[in-house]
Amino acid sequence: MPVVETSELRRTFTARTGAFTRHKREIEAVCGITFSIERGELFGLLGPNGAGKTTTIKMLITLLLPTSGSARVLGLDVVSHARDVRRHIGYAFGGDRGLYDRLSGTDNLRYFAELYGVPPRTQRMRIAELIELVGLRGRENDRVEVYSRGMRQRLHIARALMHDPDVLFLDEPTTGIDPVGARELRATIAGLLTQGKTILLTTHYMFEADELCDRIAVIRSGEVVAQGTPQDLKQRVSSGSVVEIEAFGATGRAIDAIRRLRGVRSVTVEERDQVHVLHVRVAPDAEVTPAILAELSSARIGRIESREPTLEDAYVELVSGG
Amino acid sequence: MSGSRRVLRQLLVTCWLQLKMTGPDTFTGVLNVAWPLFFATTTFLVYRITQHGQVIVYAGLGASIMGIWSAVATTAGGALQRERWIGTLELIVSSPTPIPLVLIPITIAMAAIGLFSLGMTLLWEWLVFSIPFHIAQPLAFAFALFAMVFAIAMFGFLMSVTVVRYRTAWALGNFFEYPGWLLCGFVVPLSVLPGWVRPLCYALSPTWGMLAIRQAVDGGWPWVDGGVCVGLTALCGAAATLLSGRVLRSARRHASLSLT
Repeated sequence: MPVVETSELRRTFTARTGAFTRHKREIEAVCGITFSIERGELFGLLGPNGAGKTTTIKMLITLLLPTSGSARVLGLDVVSHARDVRRHIGYAFGGDRGLYDRLSGTDNLRYFAELYGVPPRTQRMRIAELIELVGLRGRENDRVEVYSRGMRQRLHIARALMHDPDVLFLDEPTTGIDPVGARELRATIAGLLTQGKTILLTTHYMFEADELCDRIAVIRSGEVVAQGTPQDLKQRVSSGSVVEIEAFGATGRAIDAIRRLRGVRSVTVEERDQVHVLHVRVAPDAEVTPAILAELSSARIGRIESREPTLEDAYVELVSGG
Repeated sequence: MSGSRRVLRQLLVTCWLQLKMTGPDTFTGVLNVAWPLFFATTTFLVYRITQHGQVIVYAGLGASIMGIWSAVATTAGGALQRERWIGTLELIVSSPTPIPLVLIPITIAMAAIGLFSLGMTLLWEWLVFSIPFHIAQPLAFAFALFAMVFAIAMFGFLMSVTVVRYRTAWALGNFFEYPGWLLCGFVVPLSVLPGWVRPLCYALSPTWGMLAIRQAVDGGWPWVDGGVCVGLTALCGAAATLLSGRVLRSARRHASLSLT
């Protein structure tokens, strides 16, 4: 039996505009998402901002009611058995918010231990274990207001694990953390899998998803556009190659012309200071480099490189509708 | 650990942690002292012209309870908004503990801070204005005082639950402060209020708590008024508990929990 299961899950929001004449507008944040997560699996939910990742998680953790469709966690319906679901899940999100700044790290954990009914006998031991696990030993009695962002994020993870949940929902947990802190946090998340936890993770970092996730679902505009292992997703674009070109002064017209070239599947442009880096995904056996360079004749060309597609390439192609 | 002991422990620990959150704030601490003293002084100066000892004691007692009311009424409406601002509202709602058991310790903590202002006000009245403060029935006074604290805390609970969906609910707390002082008879006898207002006054549990406190100080029979206060407080708590389920479901439907 899957640990997390959604079927045609849908969520619509009503947005109101206007100060005197109120206009209602329906926004479909999640449009019939179906996926399942097996026990002990780390499942990644990827998608651009506004794709519906957080809305999906909020329905699964019982904070939002679905407009239609169903979702079950450990076989329990998230609408009719919300309280039972809450006992078995943990939830942590990225960012500075979600902690009581005037309390110490230990007191924050104690507060949530009480709300989750952790017995007093095990509470002290559990808090000490978690402080150790997330690397806050020595700082646990400091007020959270003096914690760095990385420390706060680790405390979030500890809070989510306080009641030893079976399923963990992590919504962009490494956002805004320095590379060393993010690496430590990824190691902590990977360690949780060895404890048998089932994890749903959302992230914008493709290398993170590639490193951690057993399976991934890519969401675009509230719909799942692809699902599979990171390798499966890479193979979707691996029957081709990616040409990366550094160009100084590439015009929009030239980039549009490249998009129209035969054999070009998609083009994304990354701006680095004065340089445009073009990532051109090319169909198998297509030789497009001379044609691309011809279109960029008015620009100064730097590095040109052809490489195998990465998960990021697969992601970009999927979310850009390629 | 049995269910009721677990709940009691959870209430006590979370109430203590709420107090820890509020306690170290110097600005709030100073306000909690200065604000009630200012109003107690104003009240005393208004009533001093009567030169009637009993009336001044009456006003002094009411002024001291005003501090508890202000501490709860002005902050209860914003209690959940504060949780929303710091991003913990969704976390406490998504915990398995029913939301009333999360909110009650918050409002009790606020009322406890109000108790501190009560002590300060009584001391101020005695030291600065020489208002005699003799309690004829100390045990009954303690009962009436605790009934009053719980009555105000439950009112705060009802208010915070009612407005959980609304982002500007904090303003409601300020709106209730002055009418509460009048309607609950803290500084003005209910007999001077218009007849059509009085049913509303007697529907509020703090009104009965105030009557019980005054009876306990005067040597009257405070148990009936105190009992009515406890009964109305229980009703208020039950109504808030019932309402919390409906309101939270509505908040989950309208996605208004995380709005800041």
